[in-house]
Amino acid sequence: MTQTATQAPAPNDPLLEARPENRVWKKFRSHKSAMVGGALVVFFIAIALAAPILPIPDPAATDWGAVRKAPSGENWMGTDEIGRDVMARLIWGAQASLAAGVVSVGIAVLFGVPLGIVAGYFGGWTDAVISRCTEALLAVPFLILAIALAAFMGPSLTNAMIAIGISATPIFIRLTRGQVLSIKEEDYVESARAIGLPTPKILSRYIFPNVLPPILVQATLTIATAIIAEASLSFLGLGQQPPAPSWGSMLNTAKNFLNQAPWMAMWPGLSIFFVVLGFNLLGDGLRDALDPREH
Amino acid sequence: MNQNVILEAIDVVKHFGMGSGWLSQTPVVQAVDGVSLEVRRGETFAIVGESGCGKSTLARLLMRLLTPTSGDVLFDGRQVSTIQGEELKTLRCDMQFIFQDPFSSLNPRMTVAKLVAEPLEIHAPALSAQDRRAKVAELLRQVGLRAEHADRYPHEFSGGQRQRIGIARALASGPKLIIGDEPVSALDVSVQAQVINLLGDLSRDLGLTLVIIAHDLGVIRHMSDRVAVMYLGRIVEIGTTEDVFSEPKHPYTQALLAAIPSMDGPVTDHSATVHGEMPSPSDPPPGCRFHTRCPHAQALCKTQKPHLSAVQDASHQVACHFADTLQRRHRPSTATQKSKTAEARFALYRAATEGGAVTHNAKQDQP
Repeated sequence: MTQTATQAPAPNDPLLEARPENRVWKKFRSHKSAMVGGALVVFFIAIALAAPILPIPDPAATDWGAVRKAPSGENWMGTDEIGRDVMARLIWGAQASLAAGVVSVGIAVLFGVPLGIVAGYFGGWTDAVISRCTEALLAVPFLILAIALAAFMGPSLTNAMIAIGISATPIFIRLTRGQVLSIKEEDYVESARAIGLPTPKILSRYIFPNVLPPILVQATLTIATAIIAEASLSFLGLGQQPPAPSWGSMLNTAKNFLNQAPWMAMWPGLSIFFVVLGFNLLGDGLRDALDPREH
Repeated sequence: MNQNVILEAIDVVKHFGMGSGWLSQTPVVQAVDGVSLEVRRGETFAIVGESGCGKSTLARLLMRLLTPTSGDVLFDGRQVSTIQGEELKTLRCDMQFIFQDPFSSLNPRMTVAKLVAEPLEIHAPALSAQDRRAKVAELLRQVGLRAEHADRYPHEFSGGQRQRIGIARALASGPKLIIGDEPVSALDVSVQAQVINLLGDLSRDLGLTLVIIAHDLGVIRHMSDRVAVMYLGRIVEIGTTEDVFSEPKHPYTQALLAAIPSMDGPVTDHSATVHGEMPSPSDPPPGCRFHTRCPHAQALCKTQKPHLSAVQDASHQVACHFADTLQRRHRPSTATQKSKTAEARFALYRAATEGGAVTHNAKQDQP
């Protein structure tokens, strides 16, 4: 069949040469809210990275003469209960909080999505084993599980991130598995089998891109949960070790002084809000840009 | 075996719901129950039947997208119903599938170029990227699309165009046989004709064997050489399209043909019509499966399963105990015979596609 493959029409057609990657980037750039989200995320990452070179006071230096001072020209965001500069702590704390949010969600996605795909696609015993383990993990409340794991591994920010990541994994397994169950019934997956595509490629080309959108949204939302969870772990002494700051631990101490020093809670609260908003908008934009059907 | 036969099914059975759980007792659905057929090289073979009769399952069994519960499928004399690995890959190269719904059978996240190039990537990995693109462009032209469509996504196309993409994808590996599972039933009538003609042209030009699953008798009559009629998981009649349409021997086939709307007003002869619903394939009636709806059913039909047997010549087989007596009563259906105008249009179309001179008759063009 198809006898005349040899006549080779010139494929120098610009339309034929256009790469889909450019299309995704172009679409992403024209997505206004995604750009706002991207800007927010970039801003916070830049601040976190630039913390050592910014002209700010030592975040651990106490000043008993300036305890719980309201924002002023000297301390732009005020001081905390032992006189540390809130802005300095906020900027240094960005490192721990962003890392806790992004790394732990990264761990959860890295393990959860492949396990969910395998469970959903292959079914049978594989699915039974993975699903039962997932359900066992889900039976324990998220935070209790994270605390137990962190306590088991020993107190440090890294261990806290791993613990939060493992605790968040079942959510991604469940979500992915459910998506795969509906996607694998689509005709196009059968068409991939009909042309003889090997299973790993079916999973990576047909299943994964089509289950991705809800996972992206879930991941951006879980970043917020992870930042808060890190705060809780810090509060218990299982996360970021004092006196090193993190937004979560700042919030935790600030809650005792809400009446006397609301700025102590306001700044880390706003920061978490904007980081989560940023990641969320970014995730939405990414989802739309990756979907060829959206315009 | 016969060299002329490219695909053969021997007593193929597919039952679903066999492995029911220990708490749930799901009934076994007998989707395909003992089907034997032979598809000859180069012919267009149609399988027809109403919804739920198991024709799509049969197509997937022939294609080895499903593994039969029992029975054998032979492709080119090779047993294919249990093969794995490399052998299966070769089969996938030689046998291809066209799906019913062009809206769900193309991965929405792949460009047309990638969709069509994918079979090449598997079955001709030595091809350079440049050659592959050239081949994709050629395949697209072959199915009536343009090369610049290659970088678009499936959602940018109409149903008919998508089905053409599906056909290009099926052609890419250079198959000998293509199975179409109701390839046109999801399309508009005007587009149906285009896609049917495309399939006809391709099978003629490339020497393909086509197995077409359909429930549209007009489509079958127009494009197929031989036809098998299925009812509730079994073949009830098989023969050349001409024989089956002009002298249907099974009461079910007669009923199917009688159900075609006539241009001459309402049908007055109701002797062949069938009433009621098809029984559930999870609880099929004993004996002849059609006896619950058959206007000619007798005591024997309720107990004994009829087998396919030749009535007059060997090519026309019927599974009915009373095929001989029933046949005399039937009046040949004229409903699907083409009108003179239609014949003239088909002749024009053939002349145009075969490159012959097309002479338009001025009078004929006027409404």
